[in-house]
Amino acid sequence: MPALKLENVYKSFGSVEVLKDINLTVEDGDFVVFVGPSGCGKSTLLRVIAGLEDATKGDVFIGGEQVNDIPPSRRGIAMVFQSYALYPHLSVKANMSLGLKQEKQPKDLIESRVQKASEILSLNEYLDRHPAELSGGQRQRVAIGRAIVREPKLFLFDEPLSNLDAALRMNTRIEIAELHRTLSASMVYVTHDQTEAMTLADKIVVLRDGRIEQVGSPMELYNNPANQFVAGFLGSPAMNFLKKKDGQGGTIGIRPEHLRVAKKGKINGTITHIENLGSDTNLLVRTDTGEPLTIRMFGQHVMAVGNSISLTYDDEQAFEFDAKGHRVN
Amino acid sequence: MNKARHNKTNVIAAHAALIAYTLIALFPVFVIVINSFKTRRAIFREPLALPNADTFSMVGYETVLKQGDFFLYFQNSMIVTVVSLFFILLFGAMAAFALAEYRFKGNTLMGLYLALGIMIPIRIGTVAILDMMVATGLVNTLWALILVYTAQGLPLAVFILSEFMKQVSDDLKNAGRIDGLSEYRIFFNLVLPLVRPAMATVAVFNMIPIWNDLWFPLILAPAEEVKTLTLGSQVFIGQFVTDWNAVLSALSLAILPVMALYVVFSRQLIRGITSGAVK
Ligand SMILES: Nc1ncnc2c1ncn2[C@@H]1O[C@H](COP(=O)(O)OP(=O)(O)OP(=O)(O)O)[C@@H](O)[C@H]1O
Ligand SMILES: [Mg+2]
Repeated sequence: MPALKLENVYKSFGSVEVLKDINLTVEDGDFVVFVGPSGCGKSTLLRVIAGLEDATKGDVFIGGEQVNDIPPSRRGIAMVFQSYALYPHLSVKANMSLGLKQEKQPKDLIESRVQKASEILSLNEYLDRHPAELSGGQRQRVAIGRAIVREPKLFLFDEPLSNLDAALRMNTRIEIAELHRTLSASMVYVTHDQTEAMTLADKIVVLRDGRIEQVGSPMELYNNPANQFVAGFLGSPAMNFLKKKDGQGGTIGIRPEHLRVAKKGKINGTITHIENLGSDTNLLVRTDTGEPLTIRMFGQHVMAVGNSISLTYDDEQAFEFDAKGHRVN
Repeated sequence: MNKARHNKTNVIAAHAALIAYTLIALFPVFVIVINSFKTRRAIFREPLALPNADTFSMVGYETVLKQGDFFLYFQNSMIVTVVSLFFILLFGAMAAFALAEYRFKGNTLMGLYLALGIMIPIRIGTVAILDMMVATGLVNTLWALILVYTAQGLPLAVFILSEFMKQVSDDLKNAGRIDGLSEYRIFFNLVLPLVRPAMATVAVFNMIPIWNDLWFPLILAPAEEVKTLTLGSQVFIGQFVTDWNAVLSALSLAILPVMALYVVFSRQLIRGITSGAVK
């Protein structure tokens, strides 16, 4: 039985259609990540799943049950918010146990679940503190703990790491991945950070303007994007796009790591900028036809800005798109 | 205070301005209080002098405490002010929450309608209000005043509070919904504590006009047992003779309860308990 199923879901705010014909299945135990540019409707979709917004049209199934008319608290979900959203007047322990208390669960069950969650997240020392007395990372762990204790059928995360600094973000990302493994729970995770998407997901859902562009495993999307948008969205540095010279407005897409320096290559240009990252070197090049390109080379290279350079690539590693951005090869 | 951001001249200048303002604002109060302790002749001969052995007199306070039932007036004013404020804050906050939180048809129109009262003085409707109070038998009860003041205070309360409630994090309310809190508990336990400073502002704004009002007590509740302090003090102001000792003493006494209420509310104003809720 799928953990989550969306059928023809639409959502409008007034006359603005924010979600259009969303169809999606999340299998039990899957980690699904929604990615897409800002404003594409990721949070709205998550709120529709949670029941915080009603879908204008369409059906939502959680654990095989239609939940269109069921309030958020009885959908068997738990949600972690970007802004933590801890109750400021309650201690960490009370924050974590409120949901179970509302469900009128027995005291010893609440106690043992809170104990278990705080062990997993190493929050034991902080149980009696208030949210104001915690650091950002600790607060986010409490928010995750609040979700865990409810033992939901489905976890929903809305950009849970975007308020954390880089080092903490990486640690917490790993923690979430481990959590997914130990709880073997189904999770839906929203982010616009593609590293998070690539590293966490079993399945990535790319959204754009309220529509699903493509669904697939990270490597599927990376190696076999359905269109120019998905191709450009995943991967860092982003894929290079060059105009085809066939006069029909088509485009060729080449990943930065698939370009290499050659004596007499297919593309000629000038180096405009060099990024030395130690392990990698990124070159920014302007082609003779005036198009910008990024090349990613392994290791360290000695180059100079302003030098001309010739580049080549293997045709089987290039993607071809038509004028509308659809994949053609 | 952060030393790096405050150099000495700035601090001195700022304090000088603030102290000057405080002196100007407090001067009338000061004059009233010192004169309330002086004989009538001394009040007129040297209004700015402090009371000394010759001019000191408690005659004003004696008159006030003997005349009429001053403590009853006090109590009436206190009841009217506190109960009105309670209703203004309760209903104002509830309406503001509905306007800020729920999308329904006519939301904006409703907000405008509720805010209209800010621009239209309630006294225009005095005759109609008196009619209603007579019809409902509420004339000469404290309820008449409480209802009118609640109506008078609501528009501004709704306006200010709904602005503040829009700022309360949606995530926090949604977290409550997912945890199964009812809308009432979300309102009382999550939202209200976060807008406490705004509530205190509304309370302070409304408190003074209600406490000082003469118009509605005179028209709706002039009877002896429901007189408010402001109305009660009017007996000392005659058309031809005014008992200044008594007036000044009554005024001095009337300051105390408002000050007490103000201290209560301003503590709320200062206390920032939002930290830790978000971010
Ligand atoms: N309550 C609302 N009323 C009207 N429009 C809304 C409302 N909530 C969201 N929208 C609109 O819906 C669109 C999608 O918003 P949403 O918050 O889902 O984007 P998002 O993908 O989560 O973006 P971000 O990555 O910036 O969080 C936006 O254009 C937004 O303006
Ligand atoms: Mg969002």
